[in-house]
Amino acid sequence: MTSLVELMDYDEVIEKYDPVLGLEVHVELHTNTKMFCGCANAFGGEPNTNTCPTCLGLPGSLPVVNGKAVESAMRIGLALNCEIAEWCRFARKNYFYPDMPKNFQTSQYDEPIAFNGWLDVTLDDGEVIRVEIERAHMEEDTGKSLHVGGATGRIHGAEHSLLDYNRAGVPLIEIVTKMIPGTKERAPEVARAYVTALRDLLKALDVSDVRMDQGSLRCDANVSLSPKTTGALGTRTETKNVNSLRSVERAVRFEMTRQAAVLESGGEVIQETRHFDESSGTTSPGRKKETAEDYRYFPEPDLVPIAPSREWVEELRLTLPELPWERRARIQKDWNLTDEVLRDLVNANALDVIIATVEAGAKPDEARSWWVSYLAQQANSKGIELTDLAITAAQVARVIELVNAGTLTNKLAREVVNGVLEGEGSPDDVIEKRGLKVVSDDSALEKAVDEALAAQPDVAQKIRDGKVQAAGAIVGAVMKATKGQADAARVREIVLARCS
Amino acid sequence: MTNDLIHATAAELAAKIHSGEVSSVEVTQAHLDRIAETDGKVHAFLHVDTEGALAQARRVDEAVKAGEQVSPLAGVPLALKDVMTTEGVPTTVGSKILEGWIPPYDATVTRKLKEAGVVILGKTNMDEFAMGSSTENSAYGPTHNPWDLERIPGGSGGGSSAALAALQAPLAIGTDTGGSIRQPGAVTGTVGVKPTYGGVSRYGLVAFSSSLDQAGPCARTVLDAALLHEVIAGYDHMDSTSINAPVPPVVAAAREGLSGDLSGLRIGVVTQFSGEGYQQGVARSFEAAVSQLKELGAEIADVSCPSFDYALPAYYLIAPSECSSNLARFDAMRYGLRVGDDGTRSTEEVMSLTREAGFGPEVKRRIMIGTYALSSGYYDAYYGSAQKVRTLITQDFAKAFENFDVLISPTTPTTAFKIGERANDPMAMYKADLCTIPANLAGTPAMSVPSGLSDEDGMPVGLQIMAPALQDHRMYRVAAAYEAARGAFGGPSL
Repeated sequence: MTSLVELMDYDEVIEKYDPVLGLEVHVELHTNTKMFCGCANAFGGEPNTNTCPTCLGLPGSLPVVNGKAVESAMRIGLALNCEIAEWCRFARKNYFYPDMPKNFQTSQYDEPIAFNGWLDVTLDDGEVIRVEIERAHMEEDTGKSLHVGGATGRIHGAEHSLLDYNRAGVPLIEIVTKMIPGTKERAPEVARAYVTALRDLLKALDVSDVRMDQGSLRCDANVSLSPKTTGALGTRTETKNVNSLRSVERAVRFEMTRQAAVLESGGEVIQETRHFDESSGTTSPGRKKETAEDYRYFPEPDLVPIAPSREWVEELRLTLPELPWERRARIQKDWNLTDEVLRDLVNANALDVIIATVEAGAKPDEARSWWVSYLAQQANSKGIELTDLAITAAQVARVIELVNAGTLTNKLAREVVNGVLEGEGSPDDVIEKRGLKVVSDDSALEKAVDEALAAQPDVAQKIRDGKVQAAGAIVGAVMKATKGQADAARVREIVLARCS
Repeated sequence: MTNDLIHATAAELAAKIHSGEVSSVEVTQAHLDRIAETDGKVHAFLHVDTEGALAQARRVDEAVKAGEQVSPLAGVPLALKDVMTTEGVPTTVGSKILEGWIPPYDATVTRKLKEAGVVILGKTNMDEFAMGSSTENSAYGPTHNPWDLERIPGGSGGGSSAALAALQAPLAIGTDTGGSIRQPGAVTGTVGVKPTYGGVSRYGLVAFSSSLDQAGPCARTVLDAALLHEVIAGYDHMDSTSINAPVPPVVAAAREGLSGDLSGLRIGVVTQFSGEGYQQGVARSFEAAVSQLKELGAEIADVSCPSFDYALPAYYLIAPSECSSNLARFDAMRYGLRVGDDGTRSTEEVMSLTREAGFGPEVKRRIMIGTYALSSGYYDAYYGSAQKVRTLITQDFAKAFENFDVLISPTTPTTAFKIGERANDPMAMYKADLCTIPANLAGTPAMSVPSGLSDEDGMPVGLQIMAPALQDHRMYRVAAAYEAARGAFGGPSL
């Protein structure tokens, strides 16, 4: 059915309309316990095992705020250059849905904990765009519904649904941007770059796992088009279920081309929630609601207001780590990188792992060389992100250390890395199991050289006659005999010494 | 012997049990027998936990025999309002929607009672979800007033108060959102206390209106209420609105009051709670109480709290608003009733059919009022205005307490009305809570102590005593002194 949707050519969209973006990101905090009860906050697990009367919404149960979550919310607010409320409250958002145990979500409404901030976002070509942040507020996650028997896996048409409340009550921070106008043809890229920057920031703050694939970072993309002829704001749609950075970009782009086609044909864009389909890269309308949703917000009477003292806010400000952009500036200076090289590293998602490799003892150049060449190739061929490779920065640093010590040749080092990537253990484990150590015992090498010289007396004679370049053939034979586990330079020295 | 045991106060029973003069099992059995004998007429209980009660009584008896130090009310039986969760024991909140639900956890109040060795006889009847002033809204049939079985025992906690008046238990727990402890206390001739909001944990109290609900002690004497108050009160980290402060010294205050001297105590009579709509017998009983308090040495003067006139309408916006949200969880998905789940209906249809069948008319009325009051476009006019009235009422209290130590009024404008009399007139029913609602809106403590019987119908009348927040002990002192001066006023014959 989505194939019937008409789309306008992207260049034509840009010619006729200005896209306006708004991004809402939900981030699950990785606190030990849930937002309002003592249940473990853990991804996965047997359904309905991390539950208690409070997160199941049993009659009589009451919420108690997780102080650590409030602290995380404030740190996120501070890192996003927000003001931190002197006094704020939770509010109830009332609507019926089976995966929401109380049929209201404890959230924040007109009194968020953090508001009025900004985040500078670097685009692929290095241009920096400032995205203004409307607010960051605290709320609880819902449970999960598994709809069984339908074609789409959505509630519509399902035979029955299974409910897992392990996620119910997990702390969420919702971060909402102000409208982002003026991004023109770069709107999809800006959307992706913003979510990327936010993800990196949240990671640096160590407040969340920020795994889009596991739902700990979720993005809703609001898109509208403003006709260039009138400049009037258009009707927006809200696209949900955008589960990867690439999808953020694709979803925005798709909506722009779809909305433009709707407008072009004289239709009206309907204000609605749309659902992004990863496989087709298209959006489709959510279930139609007959009436506009009225959430009947009111202050949550089971909780007391939160009034963070200014001392607490300042204490938290001091706990902020070096933020991603500060870190980049420092690294660029320390390592003497050009803007271009830095940008390539950032775009390749390689900077953090390279820094971590350096922190584990490698030199910046060596670390860079491994991650942007051999490891990047491996990630590329597996179709995964560099950071998802099954090797740690510390392991890469260890390989580099072994090369520098002469224990591994570059060729052997790559084999060691392959072993690690294939799950054979640490570099030392792989060396042990595969027997990959460089032969550095001179007597063993001397024996191998003597054998090679004896096998090729004519070549040996040439070397003795001063034709030093002929040594290559002997070195090659020795390397072959030692299955590449010898240090070629050392072999050459021995060959020349024997023939002198 | 049995007769003595059921007439005795909790304090007397505790003394006898702890000295070994009588066992808790004997005391418990006497009350269980009394329930078996009278509850067919009164219908105070929805569930009698005979085994659980006797097991707890045996534990206390063993502890006493072993010479262990036991808590002041250990071994004394109690009737628990069915709004408090009890692990393994049904909790219906007077509603069909929770019929058959067995909670997996104890309310904090339940836990504290158990830890103190109090013997929980069973769960008492109540207006569905504590919404009502007569217990007629219970899905399980009304409770009858032991003084006159054709009359209501008050509500919502009519079961708890009727159990006390019927000598089925010497102690009971109620919850008070707009008067649900005090009004039943007044119309059954028993003592009912709504502590300061936050004084007793709400964890496990099935919520009606979160910002107003408060559990409290019910008894036949002021001292018994005080003893029970100290068992259930105190900070609870499971309830964010619970107050982290020492429990007011209510037992000491009640004992002090029994000396009968109130010299120098300043008492304000709230002028808003008199005149039209107040039954003559209630007014005369109140005047007699005022005279007695004067004789005890108190200085009494009138005080006007003009905002109290708006308490009732404000209450009927705030409480329904909160209840419309609190009761949303009853959706057939996780527990309780499920209607219409035949494999063809959608989730929404099952939710809707369940709520249609599971909630009674008063609950539905309040959910609808509350849903409307919170809806976009009406919020400011209704919920917002009601919250402003709440602030004004709190300010009126604060101003009055600058000049007075406690305030008094009749607890209810009338004595117990006949069952069915106001069933079709919600406004008349709501007026039963006219005098009790302001203390809920302000979060301040208030109690009802019997002021004898009305001279026109022979039904009990209640005197309401109100104090500033966390000054619960003040009203216990006044109530105990007044109770001693008032003397006995008889009891119902069943």
